[in-house]
This record gives sequence, structure tokens and C-alpha cells, in this order.
Amino acid sequence: MKSYKKDFPILHQEVNGHPLVYLDSAATSQKPIPVIEALEDYYKGYNSNVHRGVHTLGSKATDAYEGAREKVRRFIHARSTKEIVFTRGTTTAINLVASSYARTRLAPGDEIVITPSEHHSNLIPWQQVAKSTGATLKYFPLEADGTLDLAKVKETITPNTKIVAIQHVSNVLGTVHPIKEIAQIVHQHGGVILVDGAQSVPHMKVDVQDLDVDFLAFSSHKMLGPTGIGVLYGKEALLDEMEPIEFGGEMIDHVDLYDSTWKELPWKFEGGTPIIAGAIGLGAAIDYLESIGMDQIEAHDRALTKLACEKLSQVEGITIYGPKENRMGVVTFNVDGVHPHDVATVLDAEGIAVRAGHHCCQPLMRWLGATATARASFYIYNDEEDIDRLVKGLQKTKEYFGNVFR
Amino acid sequence: MSLDDLYRRVIMDHYQRPRNRGRIEEGAVTVDLNNPTCGDRISLQMRVENGVIEEAKFLGEGCSISLSSASMMTEAVKGLTIEQALELVHLFSKMMQGEEVDIDKFPLEDIEALTGVSKFPARIKCATLAWKALEKGIRECQCQ
Repeated sequence: MKSYKKDFPILHQEVNGHPLVYLDSAATSQKPIPVIEALEDYYKGYNSNVHRGVHTLGSKATDAYEGAREKVRRFIHARSTKEIVFTRGTTTAINLVASSYARTRLAPGDEIVITPSEHHSNLIPWQQVAKSTGATLKYFPLEADGTLDLAKVKETITPNTKIVAIQHVSNVLGTVHPIKEIAQIVHQHGGVILVDGAQSVPHMKVDVQDLDVDFLAFSSHKMLGPTGIGVLYGKEALLDEMEPIEFGGEMIDHVDLYDSTWKELPWKFEGGTPIIAGAIGLGAAIDYLESIGMDQIEAHDRALTKLACEKLSQVEGITIYGPKENRMGVVTFNVDGVHPHDVATVLDAEGIAVRAGHHCCQPLMRWLGATATARASFYIYNDEEDIDRLVKGLQKTKEYFGNVFR
Repeated sequence: MSLDDLYRRVIMDHYQRPRNRGRIEEGAVTVDLNNPTCGDRISLQMRVENGVIEEAKFLGEGCSISLSSASMMTEAVKGLTIEQALELVHLFSKMMQGEEVDIDKFPLEDIEALTGVSKFPARIKCATLAWKALEKGIRECQCQ
């Protein structure tokens, strides 16, 4: 198993006297040298505002910004760059659809369907839409291991289902949901499907035309790019009929004293000076991911997840949550008798970074019957040695708490 | 920074055998507080008569630090006036920020064991949850 650690300067440091093992990529990924350099090049060489300056730097910045949009288009195989809207992240992208598309179209009797395992960012916007429009918020039932049964998905979706909003990969259970099949069912009933791709786009090839999804939201910072930028993909026909939700500079065509018109897609959704450096950094991250190959990355991350599940399940007193097969990137677990905060603190003392808490999934935690869990998540810079360090760290956690309890 | 600074034996003792865990039957002020970033929860009850905290009990879910802190706090404030209890809230907050405080001012010496938490910034919120609930409860009593 190849590790790409060498390209990530941050990983070459000691934390609390131990070489850092970073196992929190589902929260945010680390950045390779080409991404850091792309940001540095922009700020050192051609920092300028876009779409307005006549000067040379302005043109260069505009080319780089729009060039990044083309890279995103190619990466997710959208038909046109008109379908690629830069946002602040996944949360903003989902909220854009909730506010602009859903709030103006839904009415009492209509249904929004989501899963109980959604991240809060793909749950609360829909609660709010349901409250303000009178539409009903419904949930697909989860199987015991957190997966979906397509037969039950079919039963849940009705002709009244206007929107299905669903994660592609669960940030807690690592479940990979059958998006293509679900999209087909949604479309048969005349609804639209929004996919939260925050945990899938970084780890696998996501082709929006093949999956036939209507909206896809994802974040740059989870796929080796900078924070502060994300993407909303939307089918052109849908984005075209949606109104902007932010108004001001950059997004206008003609401005009168009492009325104005908007720029064409995608810029009508990008009011204000856009996230120029962020987009350029995301473009560099996509170049880097493509230089390895998404198939290769998916194979690596799946193999590592599987290995981690196997090794952790051999440690006595560890409960692993989620499906046994077909899981991507994360292993969520608890150590008997030790609260996950305490687990994370002992691991941190060993230089191992994991997440502990509810992972922005409070309803899912209740469904699991856990108030909190610990989570290790993986990316291309992790390797078997990291897993071994985690296992040793967990053994140490058990010993440590076993001793203080005695 | 050593783990033993954080997980002192006395902390583990309060975690395993929490004092004052439960409900007060009648005449209590109830404060429910959670730490939204990590999911820790406390439901604190206090029975205050003539400005004196006669009884304090709690229920909740959380890590060793948050539950032991709640256990110690409920022990410490019993029999104090609400003004005295409020002073302890401030004292504890200072202690968590790493400031030198006069430990003897705490009516329960076990609390000294929580000093080490200040060296673990990510865990300070765990330790202060119960004390924030206490402060909120006192404010409610003062309003009544």
C-alpha cells in the first residue's frame, strides 16, 4: 500500500513527543505541497480581483479562477461550467438549494425525504424548509448496520416527494449509499435529488451524469484543498430557474435605481468578490488527486478502512459501528467503559489525532444508542503503520484506564 | 504534559462513584445544560432555602472530567449561600484558565485534582459544564 505522506509537510512533525498520526481527515484533510504552493503563487504573483480589471494581473487571476471551475467540471463530469457554483462549502451549497429552490416551490402536502444519518448540514436546512413551507419531513428507515434497503426506499418515496436529500457516504458509519438507484426512483416520481458529497467526492470517482443527480454539494477542505470554498453542482435547467439568494456586486448584469438583472449562470449565485485563492487551491488539489487517480485513491482508502476494522475488532472491548462491508474512509468506535473524550485524550498524548463527540450527527448518535463515539478516518497519506499505532494507542488507553480504575 | 496530570486518582473516584447523582423530589430549581460541540449533558437540581443551597443533585452523560467535576461541585456547594457559590464559580473558572488560585478557598479539597485540566485546552469545557449549570441555576434563584 503506497502512502503519499511525503507530499504533506504537516505530517512530518512530532506531537506530544511522538510522530504525528493524523486520523481525522473526515473532519478536514491535510494539504499537499502543490496546493500550498498554488496559494503562495497566487498571493505572491498575481493577487487581483476577478472579472473586472483590465490589467494583466486581473486577467491572470480571472483565468486561474475560471480555470479552477473547469477543473471541477471535468472532475465530476458536469456538462458545463454553468453548472458549477462556488460556495463557502457544503453547508452553504445545501442552504442555497434549500433557500432558493425548496422554499419557493414546496407547499403543505409536499414531502422532503432524508436519512436519519445525515450530517446536521443536510438535516437542519430541511427542517427549516419544512417549517416555513408546511411541507413534511420524512426519513428513510435505516437497517441495523446503518445501510439503506432499496425496497424500503421505494416504499418511502411517493408522488408527493419533491426533494430527496441524502449523503453519499456517511461521515460516521462510512456507509456508501446507492445514489444512482435512489436517483432513478426519485425521478420516476417526479422529484429531485440532492446529494451531500462531502465524504464521497474526496475518496471516489463521482460522475454527476452517470449518477444522474440534480444537485451535488461538496467541500474543498476535505479533498486536500483550502478551507472556505466548496461547490454546488446543479443541473443547468434547475439552476437557471432559481433566484439568487445573495445580492450585490459581481452577480449583476444591469442595475437601475429600482430594478436590476442578474448575470448568467453560474455567476448570478456568486455575489461579492469570490473566493479566488480558495478556488485556485481547489483546482490544484484536483490536479493532485487526478495525478494519483481516483480509482487508486478509492482502492487505497477502502483497503485501509477494511484493515482498520479488522485490526480494531481484534482488540477486546471495542465496539465498531456501521456496516461490515462496503465502507469508506471512517471507523467509528467506542472502548468499553471509557468515554470517547478520554480515549481521544490518551491517543493525543501518543501523537494520534482522532475525533470524539457526536460528529454533527446527533439524531444518528441516538439511533446508535451512544451519546458520543470516537472516530478514526483515513486518506491517501495514511498507511498500515498508522493503523498499528492506533491499535497500540487503544491498548494503552485500556491499560491506562484499567490501572487508574483499580 | 502528562496524562497523570489530567486523570488523577481522585477524579477517577468521583467518575466511578459520583456523589449526589439523582433527582430532588420537591422544591428544586432545575438547569439543563449541554456542550453542543461534544454532546455532554448535565441536568442539575438545586434546592435553595433562605439563600442557602441545601441540596444539589445531578444527572448527565459525559466523560470522566465532566462527570467528576459535577460530582465535586455538588459536594462543594452544599450549605453555601448562593453568593459564596457564585464566588466558587469564578474561582473555578480562573483555575481552568491556568491562573494561580487559592485552593483552600474551595470547601472540598478534591477539586484541586482538576487543576491539571487547564493544561488540556480541549478538555476545559468538560470541566466547566457543571459549574456553568450552577451559575445559571443561581441566576434563576436570584431572579425569583
